[in-house]
Amino acid sequence: MSGPSDHAASRPLFALPTPPAQAPAGPEADQPPAVPEPLPDDATVDLAAERAAAGVDEIIEALDRDLVGLRPVKTRVAEIASLLLIDRLRGRFGLSAGAPSLHMCFTGNPGTGKTTVALRMARLLHRMGYLRRSRVVSVTRDDLVGQYVGHTAPKTKDVLNRAMGGVLFIDEAYYLYRADNERDYGQEAIEILLQYMENYRDDLVVIMAGYADRMETFFSSNPGMSSRIAHHLDFPDYSLDELVAIGELMLRERRYRLSPEAESVFRDYLARRMTQPRFANARSVRNALERARLRHANRLIAANGTPAKDDLMRLEPADFLASRVFSS
Amino acid sequence: MRITQGTFSYLPDLTDEEITSQLDYALGHGWAVSVEFTDDPHPRNNYWDMWGLPMFGLADPAGALREINECRQAYPDRYIRVCAYDSRQGRQTFALSFLVNRPAQEPGFRLDRQEAADRRVRYTIHPYALDRPAGTRYSGPP
Repeated sequence: MSGPSDHAASRPLFALPTPPAQAPAGPEADQPPAVPEPLPDDATVDLAAERAAAGVDEIIEALDRDLVGLRPVKTRVAEIASLLLIDRLRGRFGLSAGAPSLHMCFTGNPGTGKTTVALRMARLLHRMGYLRRSRVVSVTRDDLVGQYVGHTAPKTKDVLNRAMGGVLFIDEAYYLYRADNERDYGQEAIEILLQYMENYRDDLVVIMAGYADRMETFFSSNPGMSSRIAHHLDFPDYSLDELVAIGELMLRERRYRLSPEAESVFRDYLARRMTQPRFANARSVRNALERARLRHANRLIAANGTPAKDDLMRLEPADFLASRVFSS
Repeated sequence: MRITQGTFSYLPDLTDEEITSQLDYALGHGWAVSVEFTDDPHPRNNYWDMWGLPMFGLADPAGALREINECRQAYPDRYIRVCAYDSRQGRQTFALSFLVNRPAQEPGFRLDRQEAADRRVRYTIHPYALDRPAGTRYSGPP
């Protein structure tokens, strides 16, 4: 045991024998982690090989294949992928421009694929080496805003810590700010969010999603938020052809198919459904197909026959015609 | 006297990168990371103050490192440790715990003798830091 004046004995005598800390190290021993030499100014890099190595094309192609329509969104995703790739190449020459700000805002009507694209975006950014994890933490107002004084900050920080290294997806972000109640704790959550978005740009990408008009109000009352979000992506509504294509894609995934007669009925169904209230694009298509599956199952049970494999896969016009949409 | 407590205590103090990779290891095993601090360096002191709640559901060490740095900023002259709790049935204990901050001056310990019945002598160690009231043990003139 040493006395208070014994600061010099920084290591106890019973410590394992370790080499003295100030030992003259070998030439390589104490080097910082290897930074590759910047390429000479006249060098060139193989763009195609770089793209292949990063696996960007794969993701972009998958996005193109799995998501129907959404032309502006796909263009923007491709642009972001190109930017990250070029940034990486610039890094090789020692031309660092700092990590680009990639906070995003997705606006669009319900069922236009905002959440799906957010998941893809996380995977893309991870693949490009911008994010350390391809993890998406999806939250709404309830997860960020507390119920009483002093509850919000720890709650928001906890969520942000969990999302670190990946994407924080805030659905219906405009609920964070309630204009009618100035003592609402949402404002506190927004301030913490802003602070993180600014200070931990390398660790966290925040994606906000919501309906276009309400996000507009949200941003006009929080100008700091709007300016910190570099990418505003608008998700257009789907056209009838795109909805039909989405329906066919969904059926293929579920191992069903439409009979030739059912195809035109399905199209007719969607055309009618589009004009009705509470139409939610792809989500309505999915719900319609789920109900058609129910009727299909019920029809087979009622027929009490001996269905073959094809019968189990094929949806008939009757499965759609029973819908409420046709009765009105 | 340099306190050695927890894992890695005989090594030089860990850098932030080393802490990050240890946190990465802990999170990779599904252990919940928490930050604790104290100004009572006695080795039998189990009751350290908690810096916030244990961080459950963390995926990336950046969030935990942020908490460590906030704690360091608030208590630069305390001992701060990181604990990784393994919540699996049958384990339910700290799987890893190491110091990430220590006061600049560590006064050390003295040995106290207590005379008990029948001329028996009991020994106890007493941290010099405990001679001063809690909260001022490591700040101000020695």
